[in-house]
Amino acid sequence: MSVNHDDIKKIASLARLEIPEDQYAHYAGQLNRILEYMEKLNEVNTDDVAPMYNSLERTNVTRPDQVRPSLPQNEALKNAPLKGDGFFRVPKVVKK
Amino acid sequence: MQYEAVIGLEIHAQLATQSKIFCSCSTAFGAAPNTQVCPVCLALPGALPVLNEQVVSFALKMGLATRSRINMTNQFARKNYFYADLPKGYQISQFELPICEHGHLNISVDGQYKQIGITRIHMEEDAGKSIHDESFVNRSESLVDLNRCGVPLIEIVSEPDMRSADEAAAYLTKIRQLVRYLGICDGNMEEGSLRCDANVSIRPVGQESLGVKTELKNMNSIKNVEKAIDYEIKRQIDVLEDGGEIVQETLLWDPAKNEARTMRGKEDAHDYRYFPDPDLVPVVIDDTWLAKVRADMPELPDERRERFEKEYGLPAYDAEVLTTSRETADYFEEAVIKTNTPKRTANWVMGEVMRLSNELNLGLSRLPVTAEKLADLIRAIEQGDISQSAAKMVFEALRTRKEPVAELIDQLGLRQVSDSGALEEMVSKVLADHPEEVASYKNGRKNVIGFFVGSVMRLSKGKADPKRVNEILTRKLAE
Repeated sequence: MSVNHDDIKKIASLARLEIPEDQYAHYAGQLNRILEYMEKLNEVNTDDVAPMYNSLERTNVTRPDQVRPSLPQNEALKNAPLKGDGFFRVPKVVKK
Repeated sequence: MQYEAVIGLEIHAQLATQSKIFCSCSTAFGAAPNTQVCPVCLALPGALPVLNEQVVSFALKMGLATRSRINMTNQFARKNYFYADLPKGYQISQFELPICEHGHLNISVDGQYKQIGITRIHMEEDAGKSIHDESFVNRSESLVDLNRCGVPLIEIVSEPDMRSADEAAAYLTKIRQLVRYLGICDGNMEEGSLRCDANVSIRPVGQESLGVKTELKNMNSIKNVEKAIDYEIKRQIDVLEDGGEIVQETLLWDPAKNEARTMRGKEDAHDYRYFPDPDLVPVVIDDTWLAKVRADMPELPDERRERFEKEYGLPAYDAEVLTTSRETADYFEEAVIKTNTPKRTANWVMGEVMRLSNELNLGLSRLPVTAEKLADLIRAIEQGDISQSAAKMVFEALRTRKEPVAELIDQLGLRQVSDSGALEEMVSKVLADHPEEVASYKNGRKNVIGFFVGSVMRLSKGKADPKRVNEILTRKLAE
């Protein structure tokens, strides 16, 4: 498996990254080196190993269903570049 | 050519928890924008999600109610996409290991039972809300309220087992009934606490392989789901009949125009790049947790309906109507325990009580005429204290008056005279006053008895028990 020109274009678009086309080869090279390393891991026989979903040993970290105070509205909006009437204001998004 | 439709539904139910799925912000509806948010649901750097255990219990309830297989170990995953109302850039959902799989439930359409498969039930978080088209929004902008961001949902995905809009509506109705019985979701489609998307395709009858499907969205009532599916089936048949091809796309239902229009085509189909969320450790359900949830399960509508038929000897129709909602079934049972006359009690609940509930737009548990008052009233009829028609007057009075039923009957002067002595006297008087009619009765005109009953009723000012009057008249006229 290796990454080509079209893959870079697709990945960049999915990640909303603007990558100039003349740098595609550069990124393809980097990603392919990562994939090569993954290929190496694939050589290990994992037939009897259960998939690991988390590197922590713990399970069931939960909390009871209790409401606690939220942030005040002005705090919540503090970092927003644009705000008004208690809302975040963003460039118009046409429904997905 | 004859076509058949193939329909599957994806239903999102907002869970009735107090707090959000991964943080302690309130889920209450209608608060001022961005007042129920915190670092976790705002996706501020470094904030970590902690799972609300009630969400798991609610999802398990739905799993048990749909006879699903419970995945004793399940895991949250990230569903990646960019949208202004999704601050993390991903929605926490479940993918490879949802909490429930392979369930089913039974629907009935035109008296025919059919089993509909449930592929999976998984837990996820809701996104925020964007406002675009209101007059107060700048035309080049959208406003974002993140209060809903992180509100817990379960998504219930059906198998493509439905073949008509009727079946889809019956299935959705059943899901809504179940979540309400379980008390895990208020089931309100207009307010969006229950949402339904439909996948629709058609194929020539007898063909095994599936046709190209389209996805219908934005149907905010069961009626609209039905209409939209019917519309889409007809549209697809027209396209194929005209030699065209169905394009895989998402369609938005417009209830005002009764039509569906394209929302997005296949070209920008999403690639969500799911992967296990490293911020959340696996959820492991043990037998203790499951037993606790099981112990907390109410009697489900199908079981209750069957029990109403067996235990109370009610007709199937009555049992069905009375178990439509848990509230109605509870009201009926509370009354019938005191009356011991199931059919009469059923008639009252399905008649006067439901009429009043509709008129006041109040659930049965909040009616001014409580189940206990209704039971007192029905007992008064049974004991001959009051006639059926007078009881309806008392029922009306109970909307505003708080007195005990027996007292109210007296105050309204509606108590029936069933005291034999008084009735015998009245009957004798009526017979003595009408010798000609008595003669014609004795000559065979038996229907004159109606005239006598009417006369006695008038004499008693409507308070005589007509059944007793009839008995006494028949006896006296035979003398």
